Amino acid sequence: MTPALTPAVTTPLPAATSEGLEHIRRNFRLIRSKDAGPFMLTLDLFFADAEVHEAFRSSGVLAAAVIAQLYGVAADEVDSYDMAEIAAMKLSFPRKVVSGDFGDTDITGGQQYAVLIEYLAALEYGSDGRPT
Amino acid sequence: MSSLRYLALNGSLGTGFKETSLQRALDGPLDFIAADSGSTDGGPFYLGTGEWIWAREAYERDLRLGLLAARQAGVPLIIGSCGGGGGDAAVDGYVDLVRDIVRGAGIAVRVATIHCEPDREWLAGKYRAGDLRELRGAPTIDEQTFRAPGHIVAMAGAEPIQEAIDAGADVVLAGRTSDAALFAAIPLSRGFDAGAVWNAAKIIECGSAAAENRSGQDCLACTFDDEGFVLEPLDPALRCTPRSVAAHTLYETADPYKLVQPSGTLDARDATYTALDERRTRVVGGTFTPAAEYTAKLEGAAPVGFLSSFWGSTRDPMILAQLDTWIESLTAHTRQRLASAFGENAYDLRITVYGANATTGEPMEAVPREAVLSFDVLAPTQEAASAMARAAYHVALHWPIKEWSGSITTFAHPYSRPVIDRGPVYRFTLNHALVLDETERRSVFLVNLQDVR
Repeated sequence: MTPALTPAVTTPLPAATSEGLEHIRRNFRLIRSKDAGPFMLTLDLFFADAEVHEAFRSSGVLAAAVIAQLYGVAADEVDSYDMAEIAAMKLSFPRKVVSGDFGDTDITGGQQYAVLIEYLAALEYGSDGRPT
Repeated sequence: MSSLRYLALNGSLGTGFKETSLQRALDGPLDFIAADSGSTDGGPFYLGTGEWIWAREAYERDLRLGLLAARQAGVPLIIGSCGGGGGDAAVDGYVDLVRDIVRGAGIAVRVATIHCEPDREWLAGKYRAGDLRELRGAPTIDEQTFRAPGHIVAMAGAEPIQEAIDAGADVVLAGRTSDAALFAAIPLSRGFDAGAVWNAAKIIECGSAAAENRSGQDCLACTFDDEGFVLEPLDPALRCTPRSVAAHTLYETADPYKLVQPSGTLDARDATYTALDERRTRVVGGTFTPAAEYTAKLEGAAPVGFLSSFWGSTRDPMILAQLDTWIESLTAHTRQRLASAFGENAYDLRITVYGANATTGEPMEAVPREAVLSFDVLAPTQEAASAMARAAYHVALHWPIKEWSGSITTFAHPYSRPVIDRGPVYRFTLNHALVLDETERRSVFLVNLQDVR
């Protein structure tokens, strides 16, 4: 009975500023997280449009290695899907704490996207509103 | 080829839908009505205990309306994953619900039950024989996993439901079943393309979740034609747009395109979504590849102990400024106190700081102005957990910091009594695929028929 702590970034992310949240509002229709069965977590990002999707995709700011670091999993454990037809991206990886194990604080995984929001809010954005 | 139309009551039986939507569905042709009743969203408790997720009244309402509509249309009603966890006792409990409903309505129905809890020693034998395949993130198991208390269910595919329908069932009450299989069984039997059938089933199993501007649970209809299928919400205020339908394929699934079933795998990468009008979307595509071996996913939940908890909020900036070290010394002292009062009992103590990093575990850079301290004690019995939590409460409530020289009270709590006994705690024990031959499949997912009146 020695559960590991819920996964997370190793260095503190700053709290999202109102400017950072404005970047999120402009670039995303929806960012969410959810369990995909008790053993996997999945992140869905719905971009404002295809151009924004492509800007984020090509910039590498949402590369599997970045997500792996944010959520404390190995990079080769992160599956990444780009769904160009609906300008969306999905990132899935095993949960570090299985849903409902003693010590789990997010059984549905429904708030794990907060880390992603703080990360995205802290990025540098260019004058075109895209990540640089 | 003829067409086929079916209805999903909602995404989770017992969470409601509009009666007007159901009535509207009856205006057109209908081949069957189905609804999923299961979920692992709430964690392992429901499978472990067999307790139902929603209230009996909530299930009864949806089941009654669905059943009476199905009888009015003269079509089968298919319910999967009874109770939430899909254990055998819940299947039998739903038979009782159906009995109450048909007695109230003065009708009789032929009910097929499908039980999904395989014999434990037989499962252990299958494990020894190497007939279990680890799925992604699967926990480590051994033979004892199959002898633990709690419940183990195998997830049924479309085949047992087809068997039940072929045997003339008016109502199918199944234990743990693939959500999609509830909607795929009859269309597959009628000879529709397996790729389209599974793709439709995967989308519709959440009810109106595939519609835009949804404000609650509601019905969704699916109509098959020769090449594809059309999705239509029954509430005129809702719309299934190409975007809302395609976007829904992402929901709570690790892979947005693939769906693994006992009999094979759907790949929906080639699917196309076209608006038929403002409220209806037609989908074409989806490829189903039959599996080399028939497998049923196993889910298990076993008890780990009993929990007692308490919580309170801390507002003193002096304590908050040194919260980490305060919790560290408090934990050490609490362990000493528990050892002196209760001996070397097995237990687990957990202190979680809400308002800081409880949700994601990420380190915080700022000191919060207020935080909720949540204390959990896990022990082999409820009595032991409660006794230790009460002792921990007293230690924590007055645990000092060096700045204050007298006795202090460290958190505010709103409830008397502060310690709450939370009952048994379970954990998910299995994420494995069980290889089955045809004979085994029929004996694991035993279909039983009975007339209920």
